[in-house]
Amino acid sequence: MDATVISLPLPALPEGWEAEKDFRIIGGVAKSSATARTLEPVGPHFLAHARRARHKRTFSEDDRIQAQERAKKIEENEDSDISEPEDPILLQRDAKDWKTQDHYKVLGLSKYRWRATEEQIKRAHRKKVLKHHPDKKAAAGRADDDNFFKCIQKATEILLDPVKRRQFDSVDEEADVEPPTKKQLAKGNYYKLWGNVFKSEARFSKIHPVPSFGDENSTKEEVENFYNFWYNFDSWRSFEYLDEEVPDDNENRDQKRHMERKNANARKKKKAEDNARLRKLLDDAAAGDERIKRFRQEANAAKHKKRLEREAAERAAAEEARRKKEEEERLAKEAEEKAKAEREAAKKAKEAAKNAVKKNKRVLRGSVKDANYFVEGDASPATIDAVLGDVELIQGRIDADEIAALATKLSGLKVADEIKDVWKGEVERLLAAGKLQDGEIKALSS
Amino acid sequence: MSGSGTRPAVDPNDRVTIGISFGNSNSSIAHVVDDKAEVIANEDGDRQIPTILSYVDGDEYYGQQAKNFLVRNPTNTIAYFRDFVGKEFKSIDPTHNHASAHPQEAGETVSFTVQDKVAAEGEEEQPAPSVLTVSEVATRYLRRLVGAASEYLGKKVTSAVITVPTNFGDKQRAALTAAAAAADLEVLQFISEPVAAVLAYDARPEAKLADKIQVVADLGGTRSDVAVVASRGGMYTVLATAHDYEFTGVALDKVLIDHFAKEFLKKNPKAKDPRETPRSLAKLRLEAEVTKRALSRGTNAAFSVESLSDGIDYATTINRLRYETLARAVFEGINRLVESVVKKAGLDVLDVDEVVLVGGTAHTPRIAANLGFLFPKTTRILAPSTDVAAINPSELQARGAALQASLICDYDPEDIEQSTHAAVTTVPHVANAIGIVSPGASGEDVFVPIIPTDTAVPARRTVQLSVPAGGDVLVKVVEGNTHIKVTKPEPAAKEKDESKAAKVEDADDDADDDDDDSDFSDDDEEEEEEKREKVWKIGSTLAEAAVRGVQKDGKVEVSITVGADLTVLVTAREVGGKSAVRGSVPSA
Repeated sequence: MDATVISLPLPALPEGWEAEKDFRIIGGVAKSSATARTLEPVGPHFLAHARRARHKRTFSEDDRIQAQERAKKIEENEDSDISEPEDPILLQRDAKDWKTQDHYKVLGLSKYRWRATEEQIKRAHRKKVLKHHPDKKAAAGRADDDNFFKCIQKATEILLDPVKRRQFDSVDEEADVEPPTKKQLAKGNYYKLWGNVFKSEARFSKIHPVPSFGDENSTKEEVENFYNFWYNFDSWRSFEYLDEEVPDDNENRDQKRHMERKNANARKKKKAEDNARLRKLLDDAAAGDERIKRFRQEANAAKHKKRLEREAAERAAAEEARRKKEEEERLAKEAEEKAKAEREAAKKAKEAAKNAVKKNKRVLRGSVKDANYFVEGDASPATIDAVLGDVELIQGRIDADEIAALATKLSGLKVADEIKDVWKGEVERLLAAGKLQDGEIKALSS
Repeated sequence: MSGSGTRPAVDPNDRVTIGISFGNSNSSIAHVVDDKAEVIANEDGDRQIPTILSYVDGDEYYGQQAKNFLVRNPTNTIAYFRDFVGKEFKSIDPTHNHASAHPQEAGETVSFTVQDKVAAEGEEEQPAPSVLTVSEVATRYLRRLVGAASEYLGKKVTSAVITVPTNFGDKQRAALTAAAAAADLEVLQFISEPVAAVLAYDARPEAKLADKIQVVADLGGTRSDVAVVASRGGMYTVLATAHDYEFTGVALDKVLIDHFAKEFLKKNPKAKDPRETPRSLAKLRLEAEVTKRALSRGTNAAFSVESLSDGIDYATTINRLRYETLARAVFEGINRLVESVVKKAGLDVLDVDEVVLVGGTAHTPRIAANLGFLFPKTTRILAPSTDVAAINPSELQARGAALQASLICDYDPEDIEQSTHAAVTTVPHVANAIGIVSPGASGEDVFVPIIPTDTAVPARRTVQLSVPAGGDVLVKVVEGNTHIKVTKPEPAAKEKDESKAAKVEDADDDADDDDDDSDFSDDDEEEEEEKREKVWKIGSTLAEAAVRGVQKDGKVEVSITVGADLTVLVTAREVGGKSAVRGSVPSA
């Protein structure tokens, strides 16, 4: 609260009043006297109280901080940006040539141009008016010097009218960023230089946001998106501003219509030119765009990779088939050889067995001969016949193994009785096995 | 602030805020443009939007349109439901709902049964009537209010400050927060109705920050709430409140209804008493309210109802004097109510600096005049009939709410929560005024209050006092208090046998004496004989300081700061001088 002025006077200091530093404490506010009540949390002053309480500030601290904050705000409001130095040549301009005038520069907004907000334009206008009002000039002794003031008024009139402003922005070459030259590009900065070009072109877009040019790390999708957008660019740029003045004197209607047609054609032509220009810009940008090359290479590599992979797979498959076939052949051959060897071995064994049987048979026959056909003295041919006949019979009844076993038993035996026992045993075994019939064996069973 | 969980989160930067005065009879919405609060008119052009919803053929109507359906469609019209929000059935007063949808018990809350849907095309049978809880009704109504505000502003309203009576409990606040959340509305804060009204006055650019005691008389349709507010440097402390459900706008309507019904019967002796048929009564009630409003503006008003009873049209006029005679009991009751609150706050009518009249009923000129007699002449009565600078009483709360909304719209919910936390709002208030001593005109010491009673601490005040003689002066910081000095009337006046009568009762009696003007002039004479005044009494001395070498006709600035711990910091210096005398007095 501000100091309240009270009309009452202060009493004079009594005689002999003394105190240290002119201040004497006598009492104090009784703590018990205070009542705790609830403040209504409403209103700016309560919010100030809450702020002090929450941040534990005293009155003077809070005053200071608030004053600082307020000061800061005022500074932000005061737009120091709109204080470009004025070009003396600009000040000499004739308001009649408003078509060629740079309205932004007149208002000191050349830094902002199409980016300037309506608020900025209004503030800039006010600032310029305060400075260049003809009455002020008159006060300085230069009467009728309202030329630049008229320029200001014209500039404001155009910039505060959205339609007229667009028309002016359409042909505002100062805002254009020239496409980079080869020399500039040679130094690198390709993406930045072209990015600035498209950033400035983007102001004509009817569609927002406009995709940015990006940098070397942009993804393929981003780059494609960018080029698609720009090749289908929808521009509001128009060229009415450059129209030739249409005579408005109502005298010559034909002349007027002729001019209007001419203007319309000129606009159309310029628009077409502008579209072609933008297309060329894009082509140029795309032509030097390393990213596109890279993406193409990558795409090619990907395609090749696929083919190579396919071929490798085919080769591998063929190889596999061949190996399989060879393996099969090998296995078949092996089996055949094995079978052949087996056959031969079997043949040999058979022959060997035949030989062994022959040999054993010889042993059997020899054994009876060794036993002198089981008779004393010279055996009669009939006996020999009978014994050999029995031997033959037995041999015919038993298989090769039994012959071999019998031969083993008989070999080495020289004594006739022993030989006869063996034979007898054999005969009995065969009889028991039913391989011989009683009576078949004559000589050997006795 | 309660029910933080149910609040929809809104980014402070995207907030579109309004203030809502959610009343039992009428509601208003307001917003702030260029630091000025403005009340928004809804689609019907109403700034006072009746808090009524009505369902006809499946369509929802609200506000004045819904109110008109009280005659033809009372059972599907929900009115006077605000006070039921967050309350149990057993604790509500359903009196006023007799002529509309009746409240029913629904668990822990209250519900209404209305036919809010219509049979689908081709279907014969009507769908069953819906049972709407009072929260649902509040949600639907708030949705309509927010819709009207959004349409007016052209932006979707996201957040609001809502005014509630001082006796609105935590449960009711939580229920209302939930109802608002269901209507897609963030409740930034609930502020009490009297303080919203005071804020609306204090936020005017021409308003000066001052320490004052205000009585806020919120005279509504179904309830009258009176609060005594200590306004100290723009911070408000409610010292006492009273709530009354008898001396209200509806009571005034009742007076007119009875009057016109009797007149009607006098004219048409054979007709049926219109008060006995609900439909006739509803017609009477609507027209009586219109007539009452007209009587607040002009001295004569027409009353006309077509087919009031038995098909008989009725039209008549009434003048203001007649009305004031009829409604005397209600007017007296309001005066008594206001007086009782002042007493409850431990104050005297002499302590009151301003009376702020709020609410629809406050338009009545007689009420403002009566209060003028109750309080001393120095007390400002802020009502349209007594003060040209007064703001429309019906709009005060919504404006206050809108202003508060614009103040806190940048705050995060946590910030609001913390700022309104009891730890911040509950502070000590000094019981005695702190001031300095000045020699008065007649030589005796006079107390100059610098920090008045009931000021929340920490507080800082600065005053400038003149030093006509110059030289060394003494700044004596003391505590002070008031008492009411009654000067006995002259013996000549005593014969009237009014020695005991205080001025207050005098004024009261005469105000209600609705004869002619001569009575009031008598009253003035009597007033001169009776004298009650507020006098400051100097209490204990806190400190003394000396300011030396003040120039002739110079000024001394004394600044007193009372800390949260009641430490008194005194700074005294000559205006324009360099050195200052400083000292701190610890609390005892």
